[in-house]
Amino acid sequence: MSIFINKDTKVITQGITGKTGQFHTEKCQEYANGKNCFVAGVNPKKAGESIFDIPIFASVKEAKAQTGATVSVIYVPPAGAADAIWEACEADLDLAICITEGIPVRDMLVVRNKMKAKEAAGGKKTLLLGPNCPGLITPDEIKIGIMPGHIHRKGRIGVVSRSGTLTYEAVGQLTEIGLGQSSAVGIGGDPINGLKHIDVMRAFNDDPETDAVIMIGEIGGPDEAEAAVWCKANMKKPIVGFIAGVTAPAGKRMGHAGALISGGADTADAKLAIMEECGFTVTRNPSEMAKLLKALLK
Amino acid sequence: MKIHEYQGKELLKKFGVTVPRGIPCFSVDEAVKAAETLGGKVWVVKAQIHAGGRGKGGGVKVAKSMDEVKTYAGQILGMQLKTHQTGPAGQKVNRLLVEEGADIKKEYYVAALTDRATQKVAMMASSEGGMDIEEVAHKTPEKIIKVFVDPAVGLTDAQANELANGIGVPAGSLAQAVDTLKKLYTCYMETDASLAEINPLILEGDGGIRALDAKFNFDSNALYRHPEIVAYRDLDEEDADEVEASKFDLAYISLDGNIGCLVNGAGLAMATMDTIKLFGAEPANFLDVGGGATTEKVTEAFKIMLKNPKVKGSLVNIFGGIMKCDTIANGVVTAARETHLAVPLVVRMKGTNEDLGKKILAESGLPIITADSMAEAATKIVAAVK
Repeated sequence: MSIFINKDTKVITQGITGKTGQFHTEKCQEYANGKNCFVAGVNPKKAGESIFDIPIFASVKEAKAQTGATVSVIYVPPAGAADAIWEACEADLDLAICITEGIPVRDMLVVRNKMKAKEAAGGKKTLLLGPNCPGLITPDEIKIGIMPGHIHRKGRIGVVSRSGTLTYEAVGQLTEIGLGQSSAVGIGGDPINGLKHIDVMRAFNDDPETDAVIMIGEIGGPDEAEAAVWCKANMKKPIVGFIAGVTAPAGKRMGHAGALISGGADTADAKLAIMEECGFTVTRNPSEMAKLLKALLK
Repeated sequence: MKIHEYQGKELLKKFGVTVPRGIPCFSVDEAVKAAETLGGKVWVVKAQIHAGGRGKGGGVKVAKSMDEVKTYAGQILGMQLKTHQTGPAGQKVNRLLVEEGADIKKEYYVAALTDRATQKVAMMASSEGGMDIEEVAHKTPEKIIKVFVDPAVGLTDAQANELANGIGVPAGSLAQAVDTLKKLYTCYMETDASLAEINPLILEGDGGIRALDAKFNFDSNALYRHPEIVAYRDLDEEDADEVEASKFDLAYISLDGNIGCLVNGAGLAMATMDTIKLFGAEPANFLDVGGGATTEKVTEAFKIMLKNPKVKGSLVNIFGGIMKCDTIANGVVTAARETHLAVPLVVRMKGTNEDLGKKILAESGLPIITADSMAEAATKIVAAVK
């Protein structure tokens, strides 16, 4: 098993005809069961055509109706990305994964509140991963997103992180010392996003094929602390934690829009302290994340 | 992106918030002329820099005669204004705002910002205006009132009333305070701001409400749809190297240490800086070349990193995913040759085409030190600069 996606997941690609969408769709198709997983693309102007043998539909709703897909991945450029998320939500998909970086915060505020209002009114809940994230992967089954597939191995360790390359770093270390991954999830670096650390930790806790988790965070926002408090009360599996940004100066945006220290409770030191209190094995040395995790398994 | 107070007031005025009459000036002559144009007996001469805390640093003076306007304008223009936000070097004052004096009866604080936890817009207000709001939040958090606004609904009358009543606006001025809060919210949303703060918002002797200061920050992801905000950008207020980097779509921030670093991905870049510190040195910068960098982009990034005279050694850390290690290696070699690299360089590469990248570095004939892990890279660069 794995979390959120597996080899039988059927995926719609929104923005499949753009340069980024094309490039990564091809890579995702080549990975494991990808040929069978990526079943539809969306572009209203190119409906009826196909790309890499994937049929293109005019809307997400139609793509879902024709193929039975339940998940979408979004590469639509920033100005239209929030609308693309809403389209996936209106089509009642299970999960929308938004890779797009640089979406205006106001657009995300509006679409997140619309999604919540729909749920509150009894509508179907569509999970959102991202935006500004690498996506997620279940090794040897399916990869949805932009991560390099070849560094992953199938196994029983979960990885969750806001940052793309830091996720790869953790995965690379695990693979190197012989520990495979159940799923690796990048939740994205934006301040207003969908799934948070707590949601992914919950899913790893419930997954019988995950034995332990590496949780990586960074400066800014309350999410890691919230997840840590939840884990203290509920998590049955060992966790290694790392927070990037001990050296980050306050008030500066460190690349990610969400990586900005604004109060005092969202510094790396404050987050590491809470995680440690909540039973995580925390490290200040990101080179030893996998090594520490291996020690916990014994 | 930040803007000046006088620009913020222009925005507020456009959205219907009452602000004092004022004129931005670039010279002492202009300041005197501005005071004459404004008329009256009292003027405020205010330094325009992007940092807060200007009053405490001597950048805001009340003038009671034309001579005083002239004296204060002369003192403030060109000074290195030091505040708790500028760092020890201070920020040079190139612009002034000359304003009519205000009859202050009471000072309030109001602000709009995006709240990550609730995913709504937080509107905040406090009776403790004119002070450092972080201090108020720390010492007397009960004196800050917050409401959370759903962007689909907007700030309701009930919420605006809750704020205005909560900070003790007198009955006669309540309607204008509520109106001001709603206009501030509209301004925040329509300009894609990430912070809009009025501190102080004042109650005047005659019961009027006006904004005596204005601090704005804008979401850089949304600037493409706001040319009018981009026009407010003042490059003198920004770090020259950061501006140069932004032209190449690179995220660069200069820091105080002596180890330059060049990394792909924001999270990994911060982790690399942290590792340098962990092994006994300090990073000279944050530099993220992004996920899809080309050889040219890496070359430019490398040059920007080495331009900093404090850099005594540098560390390149790349996890090749989409970005291939050989692309990075070519960029590093080209840049090292072009810049006649004079400081030790450690390169750590992992991922796609790792071996090819290492081969390019080894065959370049340049004195590049390689490493397999971040910890090893940090250990080696720290040793090399000592």
